[in-house]
Amino acid sequence: MIQVEGLTKDYGKRRAVENLSFHAEKGEILGFLGPNGAGKTTVMRILCGFMPPTSGSAQVAGYDVVDQSLEVRKRVGYLPETVPLYPDMTVFNYLKYMADLRHLADAEDRVDDVLEIVHMEDRAEGYISNLSKGMRQRIGIAQALLHEPEVLILDEPTIGLDPAQIRDVRDMIREIGKERTVMLSTHILSEAQQICDRVLIINKGHIVAEDSPEMLQGRLTGARRISLFVGGDPEGLLNLVADVPGVEQAVSQDNGGVEFETSPGEDVRAEVARAVVGAGYDLLELRPLDLSLEQIFLELTRDEPAIPVVDGHIDELEDIEQNEVEDKDFQKEVE
Amino acid sequence: MRNIWTITRRELSLYFNTPAAYLVAFMILLILGILFYANLMAAFVRQFAPGVEVILSPFIMILLFGTAAITMRTIAEEQKSGTIELMLTAPVRDSEFVIGKWLGAFLFMLIIVAITWIYPLVLNALVDPGIDQGPLLTGYLGVVLICAALTAIGVSISALFSNQIAAFFATLGVYLLLWVIGVPSQIQGGTGDSLLAYIDFSDHFYNTLFRGVIGATDIVYYLSVTALALLIGTLIVETRRWR
Repeated sequence: MIQVEGLTKDYGKRRAVENLSFHAEKGEILGFLGPNGAGKTTVMRILCGFMPPTSGSAQVAGYDVVDQSLEVRKRVGYLPETVPLYPDMTVFNYLKYMADLRHLADAEDRVDDVLEIVHMEDRAEGYISNLSKGMRQRIGIAQALLHEPEVLILDEPTIGLDPAQIRDVRDMIREIGKERTVMLSTHILSEAQQICDRVLIINKGHIVAEDSPEMLQGRLTGARRISLFVGGDPEGLLNLVADVPGVEQAVSQDNGGVEFETSPGEDVRAEVARAVVGAGYDLLELRPLDLSLEQIFLELTRDEPAIPVVDGHIDELEDIEQNEVEDKDFQKEVE
Repeated sequence: MRNIWTITRRELSLYFNTPAAYLVAFMILLILGILFYANLMAAFVRQFAPGVEVILSPFIMILLFGTAAITMRTIAEEQKSGTIELMLTAPVRDSEFVIGKWLGAFLFMLIIVAITWIYPLVLNALVDPGIDQGPLLTGYLGVVLICAALTAIGVSISALFSNQIAAFFATLGVYLLLWVIGVPSQIQGGTGDSLLAYIDFSDHFYNTLFRGVIGATDIVYYLSVTALALLIGTLIVETRRWR
């Protein structure tokens, strides 16, 4: 359904995406995972016919995105990252407008249908300017679903939603993904794990890894971080934990806890728990830490130097730090 | 065609929903009314029978500003808010998008022009035995043609900007340039000058349509400017994609 070969896109002198190749089949949910500025939006915009690639080719639903742009656009539903809407229109009129541009015969019925899908029927007559961020997001998704597209491209579909809405949207995407091809971008790892059949990790315009979430997880459990907390005085805890066979890189945390990594393929939590309780500590928490996206990049670039990422590890580390800063800025923006 | 009409309908309804558009329309009518009244008084004082030119002369100048104000938002606003991304990923040709935008602005201007028809009616009632109908009809034909060309230019320039104010001044600048470009040719002569005179926006109006003469060249001129401007506008939107 989506076939991308050697896609490259330059913005002036800056190369946003370089020699990207991937594909997605019908009935597959493909996750596009990467930090801000990784090139996710660029790729999605190319696939939607918004702009042509500098070089390389892309086919969506069997049509070339450059030569048969209109055919592609007829078959793709797209939710842009910024969720652009016309604030001076009512929700119904906006969706009706988009439906008319797609020549839908039963436009008004379709608008009612998609409003029902995103649970916004009661706001149909309200102006878009009065909607909250989460509601706008849902209207954007409704717009992408209007023409029952073969391919759905969603750029950060769950950003700005509250937890209940995020669950709704994820369920919705899973439902849609059963029959259609869905490609979504996110920078939340757990989201990709929950929804996607396959995940592409992209950084600085390159694919860093491509696999099913389970397989990725498997590759990453090679070094699993675990956090440990005890009640009372944690004096001597660090040494105790570090002496348990299979524990590596134990470090004590500012808050009195200890974090450690386990050797690849081993689960030493039971041994650690026994050791801690046996030494008289009150074991309060023993918890595997979710690997953040930054750690994933570290893991992926450390474990598999064969993957051509950028010019060496030191650069990579700096990039990641920068991404972290960007992420924080972005969080502030969202708030 | 269908997409053009869909876009035009939305544009028109948007004009009728925004106070800014009403304000521009009201200002055009108000200023024209004041100048019409002043010209009328001057004519009575100097004791000559005023014709439709007391309406058309100020009207054309006001149109330059009014049209720039009406077209400035057309595409610039979409680029500012990012909704252009929706339009360019919908199955709509770039030309349909630009023409739809233009037609919406043009029809809105036509409504304003239609309302100003009230001034010739007033004039006709005041002047005995009534005003000359020829220049009235050709003059208004000229106004409609000028509106078509001006809105096309305005929409295309709007595609260059995401800032409406910048679009307004750039548009106004181009209008005024086209308005005066023939002036040097009146001083000298020669082929280069006659070319300038041909490009000149005002010559095609004041020398013919304004005086009650219908010239095919003038009609062709305004229609070609409209078509050319829309073509350029489409190219601007298309090159946007390549940036």
